[in-house]
Amino acid sequence: MYSKKVMDHFTTPRNVGEIEDADGIGEVGNPSCGDMMTIYIKVNDGILEDVKFKTFGCGAAIATSSMITEMAKGKTIEEARKITRDDVANELEGLPAVKMHCSNLAADALNSAIDDYIKKNKD
Amino acid sequence: MDHAATTDVDPDVIDAMLPYFRHYYGNPSSLHSFGAKAAQDLEDSRLKVAKGINARPEEIIFTSGGTESDNLAIKGIAYKNSRQGKHIITSKIEHPAVLNTCRFLEKKGFEVTYVPVDNSGIVNIEDLKDSIRTDTILISIMHANNEIGTLQPIDEISKIAKTNEVYFHTDAVQTVGKIPIDMEKIDVDLMSLSSHKIHGPKGVGALYIKKGVSIEPILHGGEHERGIRSGTENIAGIIGFAKAFELATSNLENNSKKMLKLRNHLIESVKKRIPESYLNGHQTKCLPNIANLRFSFIEGESIVLMLDMKGIAASTGSACSSKNLKASHVLESIGLQPEVSHGSIRFSLGKDNTLEEVDYVVDSLETIIKKLREMSPIAKM
Ligand SMILES: Cc1ncc(COP(=O)(O)O)c(C=O)c1O
Ligand SMILES: [Zn+2]
Repeated sequence: MYSKKVMDHFTTPRNVGEIEDADGIGEVGNPSCGDMMTIYIKVNDGILEDVKFKTFGCGAAIATSSMITEMAKGKTIEEARKITRDDVANELEGLPAVKMHCSNLAADALNSAIDDYIKKNKD
Repeated sequence: MDHAATTDVDPDVIDAMLPYFRHYYGNPSSLHSFGAKAAQDLEDSRLKVAKGINARPEEIIFTSGGTESDNLAIKGIAYKNSRQGKHIITSKIEHPAVLNTCRFLEKKGFEVTYVPVDNSGIVNIEDLKDSIRTDTILISIMHANNEIGTLQPIDEISKIAKTNEVYFHTDAVQTVGKIPIDMEKIDVDLMSLSSHKIHGPKGVGALYIKKGVSIEPILHGGEHERGIRSGTENIAGIIGFAKAFELATSNLENNSKKMLKLRNHLIESVKKRIPESYLNGHQTKCLPNIANLRFSFIEGESIVLMLDMKGIAASTGSACSSKNLKASHVLESIGLQPEVSHGSIRFSLGKDNTLEEVDYVVDSLETIIKKLREMSPIAKM
């Protein structure tokens, strides 16, 4: 059902965990599907120096969170903002149609972590 | 460990079937000797299935499987008796073959009461009694549930049905070969059976219809199966089903004892070794082969995928792996919130599983659950 790339990220997910002194935290959840995701970012000079995640969810949810952390790491805030769910799905060599809703979460979580960072840095 | 979904076909069953593709391909309705042989073998098969549940051969109608049997029983009674009443009672945890048939009938002007179950999955008898009306024509309650394995008190239910002069149908697809069924001892009017859960071929099954009970056919045609189910009989399939039925019912006691021991070992080991793990369903009023286990803080599809990579087949009621993105209606009916039912996994043992295999499952589960919980934002451990 899943591509090789998805299974790879599912079985050996990258960047699992929390960042103790994170600059931004994004939490999203989709109770209808049962996927929940938290993304932590560490920002230095406008660049995402570190990105970590924790996910409760299906294979697609875990693989997309792992993939997006890899894609976002090293990017500027502006670049990271532009990552869409389709980008994530493409990097994963596709996701089954029924799983598209889970893949929304990763991009949403990253965005919400960036929002959190921006809000914190305003004050 | 996913034998409630389907089973491999027994080699003896395949051997019994093969000649019916190669040599005895006669149509039981034909007058020539090929046809006569097929007709004779069809009746022998009917006898075998009847014997397995201590019924009369004329009470067995062959169908295309459990789904058709459920449809035929419920629609057949509903259409035949709609002048006496249009109310049907069933439970909230039936197989979709029953639930969706009832929902269909609701669109056709019937009324259906879906009786709730307690948190082990047993139908609430008082609710059942209270829901009977003067226009109730049928009660359809499954013998054993396919997701959690809970057994229903069908004796008690059949008495309620008799007292109120209501027909009683039960879906026994999961019970054949696991729990002894004796039609002389239980008062059931209609009972659905399927072949592929008992090491028989797919696409064949039967509906038991008690002598004297009359139903309306749903397939009209050449009046096969005494006009109740038209269509040239699937001879090879029926031969295979009958053989599988014979094997399943004659070895029932040994197989069931063995599976029950393995089931209980699985449940005990998991509970002992994996924190925050629970059994869904009933500890003892259950099929000997199903253990539906729930693990907090994680999601079922990822457990199933990881088990699959270790060569273990299991299934989940998790929403994310279902077609409609809804959590299992059975788990919801036993009072589980979607957040917790997501982490439920059904293991269903087969007669050939071993203790070593069960231990391997438990070892694998321990590793998998730990790994997934480390990834989970809601795990508090
Ligand atoms: C309880 C129950 N009823 C009915 C069915 C449907 O049977 P079949 O697959 O033969 O149509 C199944 C199997 O999926 C089942 O478990
Ligand atoms: Zn999902």
